[in-house]
Amino acid sequence: MRSPIRFERRLEQPKWLNWAIPVVSLIAALVLGAIVLLATGKNPLDVYGRIFERGFAGTRALSGSIKTATPLAFTGLCAAIAFRMGLINIGGEGQFYMGAVGATWAGLAFGGDLPTGAVVIVMALSGMVCGGLYAAIVGVLRAKFNTNEIITSLMMNYLAAIFLNYLIYNSTSYWRDPESRNFPAGKPISDRADWNFYEIGGIKIPLAFLIAILAAAAIWVLYKRTRFGFEVGVIADSPKAARYAGIRTTSTIVIVLALSGALAGLGGAADVGNFRGLLDSKGLQMSGYGYTGIVVAALARLNPISTLVVAVLIGGLTNAGFALQGPDFPSGLVGTLQGLILFTAVAGEVLVKYRIRRNRRIAAVAA
Amino acid sequence: MNSNIFVIIASSAIFYGTPLFFAALGGIFTERSGVLNLGVEGTMLLGGVTGAWASQHVPGSAWFTVLAAIIIGMAAGALTSTLLAFLCVTLRTNQTVAGLAITIFAGGVGLSSYFANVWKVAEAPVDRQVRRLDVLGWADVPVLGPILFNQTILTYLSWVMVVLASIYLFRTRFGLQLRAVGESPQTADAMGINVVKYRYLHTILGGALAGLGGVYYSLAIVPTWVDGMTKGAGWIAIALVIFGFWRPSITLIGAYLFGALQSLSSTLKARNVQISGDVLDALPFFMTIVVLVLVSTRFAHRRLGAPAALGVPYEREER
Repeated sequence: MRSPIRFERRLEQPKWLNWAIPVVSLIAALVLGAIVLLATGKNPLDVYGRIFERGFAGTRALSGSIKTATPLAFTGLCAAIAFRMGLINIGGEGQFYMGAVGATWAGLAFGGDLPTGAVVIVMALSGMVCGGLYAAIVGVLRAKFNTNEIITSLMMNYLAAIFLNYLIYNSTSYWRDPESRNFPAGKPISDRADWNFYEIGGIKIPLAFLIAILAAAAIWVLYKRTRFGFEVGVIADSPKAARYAGIRTTSTIVIVLALSGALAGLGGAADVGNFRGLLDSKGLQMSGYGYTGIVVAALARLNPISTLVVAVLIGGLTNAGFALQGPDFPSGLVGTLQGLILFTAVAGEVLVKYRIRRNRRIAAVAA
Repeated sequence: MNSNIFVIIASSAIFYGTPLFFAALGGIFTERSGVLNLGVEGTMLLGGVTGAWASQHVPGSAWFTVLAAIIIGMAAGALTSTLLAFLCVTLRTNQTVAGLAITIFAGGVGLSSYFANVWKVAEAPVDRQVRRLDVLGWADVPVLGPILFNQTILTYLSWVMVVLASIYLFRTRFGLQLRAVGESPQTADAMGINVVKYRYLHTILGGALAGLGGVYYSLAIVPTWVDGMTKGAGWIAIALVIFGFWRPSITLIGAYLFGALQSLSSTLKARNVQISGDVLDALPFFMTIVVLVLVSTRFAHRRLGAPAALGVPYEREER
């Protein structure tokens, strides 16, 4: 059986592919999504129009989208930094929760005493440490016992979710509001622990988004300009070669996963400090920022700077989804679209590696 | 006697372990061909939601409706994994990300929830269920009755499948060729085996079995559809494939162990045993990690390793 097309490996990868492929992927995902919508009796143009309107048209929509984009930027960076080394950390979700737990603790403990700036720093650090340590467990298991990090990191998402439920619903923990006896809720942190917003051209930019920009720049420098980044690149290309070259692969695995988790944890801290102001077990679990972060990283082709841009795009989509949810905008649609985007983004990677050619008879003889 | 707690746990271990086994058996076929399917969770949910829809809407006698629901759920699973096969085999994409894409696309907040919403599946109970049988009238026999003779037809089907799958994998030419494709596609290709065909067929078969596992959830375990109702079962199934060293018989045992863990929470709560429900809920996930660490030690790996070409796209031009 001969297929009508064949793949020809590219000898070099032109620069324009870097932006062309994500754009084509996004368009393809929207077309596939339109098919799903048509098949279930919805008007795709109408649905997409409303998504655009609620997600991107006007300063209010953009403010909302950047708000949703902020956690996604962190979880996207979390996925990107690990995937770059071939470590599939899909535990961003759980690491995000743990970061929120750590930051809420810091906010509750110090929010009353320290000045705002110091509280923000303590919360951010506490979130990073909690997320980072949580991911480091996965790293140690991978480095010491060669345990598949995909499944362990995912299992730890479920464990973290159960831990959140325990803290808020099934115990009288430090995180739970003692006055919420019938409707369990988190204890709010003091106003002094609230992170700032800045208004630029009518759009409200949360402090955490600015931190995400700094983090992305730092990662870019780390991977492009330092010895550590170079070593990570070698390990990603060939672990064997790295070992022969004397690079310590085991400790690098743990460090990269801890960094990855710290980024997700920072996102969790931002979620508490900038947006929710308390540990919101149910809200965190419903948002699924960790999983969406994987979509963001894949569409950004694991580049930290593009991750920010893609986070705003996907944030707009997600934000519109929250806003529009109702009888004629079924839940699950946004998740479906995100999944389709991930599909087309992976499929698009083929075009980076190969050229697609029509199969002619002569080609078959030559092969 | 039959209300003894150990009898109840053993009986529910099999009851809750059956869908895990279906999904894991599908995983064995898929991975034996060299394709890693991380989309099991999403595939199960799509199977579950289409099965639930069919159970509510297909007319006819009760058993016909249930049969149709099972077939439709399996078909949905097969279709989902065809997509995966297209990405992994034809387009040779990164199999890990492709599988994740399936789970995000089809999963608890994706297409399965969208379908449930559009078709209003969750608004009414799924009345036509796969019920527990009373085989030979022995359901009340002490100890063995509830464990062995009071399961659903699907559990008995799974026992037949263990035997058939083991024979297929280790005693037939097709099984041998399948394993060759998973171990060394180059060699298999040189022997004249169609690598692409084997990978497609077994990925699709794996998806159909995952769909069957999903139908079990919506038609046997929970009488009403809930978004994301498999709650990580698909991921546990992937771990079970590793735990079972890619062999159906060991995987069945593993599935029952995890079935017991999953049911422990509700069983003990019903009996007022004083253990934190959170600890019990966490147990399956925690044990999955423990088990994975144990089987990934170097010793276990050398003796009973994964298919060598697992997760590696096959490129004929680059031999």
